Amino acid sequence: MKDDSPTIVNLVDLDFMDARARLLDLASFLDRVERAGQMDDYRVSALLEALPLLTNAGPDRAEKILLSLSDPTSEPIAEAHTKGAAGAWEANS
Amino acid sequence: MKYIEPHAHMVSRTTADYEAMALAGCKVISEPAFWAGYDRSSEQGFHDYFSLLTGFEPQRAAKFGIKHFTWMCINPKEAEDVGLANAVIDLIPEFLKRDNVLGIGEIGLNKNSRNELEVLERHIDLADQHDQLILVHTPHLEDKLKGTRLIIDALKNFSNITTDRVIIDHVEEHTVGMVKDAGFWAGMTLYPESKLTARRAIDILEKFGTDKIWMNSACDWGVSEPLATPKAARMMAQRGHSEEMLDKVFYQNPKEFMSQNSKFTI
Ligand SMILES: [Zn+2]
Repeated sequence: MKDDSPTIVNLVDLDFMDARARLLDLASFLDRVERAGQMDDYRVSALLEALPLLTNAGPDRAEKILLSLSDPTSEPIAEAHTKGAAGAWEANS
Repeated sequence: MKYIEPHAHMVSRTTADYEAMALAGCKVISEPAFWAGYDRSSEQGFHDYFSLLTGFEPQRAAKFGIKHFTWMCINPKEAEDVGLANAVIDLIPEFLKRDNVLGIGEIGLNKNSRNELEVLERHIDLADQHDQLILVHTPHLEDKLKGTRLIIDALKNFSNITTDRVIIDHVEEHTVGMVKDAGFWAGMTLYPESKLTARRAIDILEKFGTDKIWMNSACDWGVSEPLATPKAARMMAQRGHSEEMLDKVFYQNPKEFMSQNSKFTI
């Protein structure tokens, strides 16, 4: 059978600077929001709750973070009042 | 590298975008019917839109050497009004006969409401009656997980619909597994902020393999990038993937899925 696996490249060389920049952007976002007194926004709370998932071991951090930001309910809602989505789930929305 | 852009809303893009895509190697564009950024006031607005997708848009693409295919539906963002949705669905069979129409799409859910679900089921039934391929849109952000589950359940209720003939688009890390496990094709959309970055999409390919999966830019009137698909291919090459693998993901896979409709020729 044909081997589909990629040639080995150094993924840290490839993407470390991008990951570093995004981490600093996140830190700076939280600083900015705190300075403005907006830390009680449910979306900010959702980000803070997801952060510990970054430091857990395991190959599925991205999946776990997405799950933590998702609507966990299973029944269709009675009626759609908006078209958009916010990126984090608000329990009593 | 030659590639297929399997999901793009070219009605909201410029000729400069067509030119850039052609220069990057794009041979085929598939354009699902979608929300125009405003709610259309009657089914006549949809009739005009479907006429554009099956008439003028393929001519515009042809000027750049690109073949244009399309999909018909009323998108979930306008499906809360079931009366309007039913009137639009009644228009679709006439358009299914057009040369560049590959099937029903992009249908699905947006806010996961009862009416959206009812309209989704009517579309699946229409595809069933007319033996059409299906292209599914899954909801955005926090609504995606629940919506993807509801969509898979709705599709499974139609025993004639085979999983090989359905692609469930906009999968992410938390939904790709359930889509693949159920046997459907999966689409990955590359957006600067929402949905997937190229890095994450390639991670998913490396985890789940390259069968029954494609990548698309889903470029439209919002923040999106018409060259996201070939740029992801370039990144895949940087990550050590072979040219053969790139050809499979960016050309052979979309060709294989869409060729199930005999109108699809390259
Ligand atoms: Zn779309």
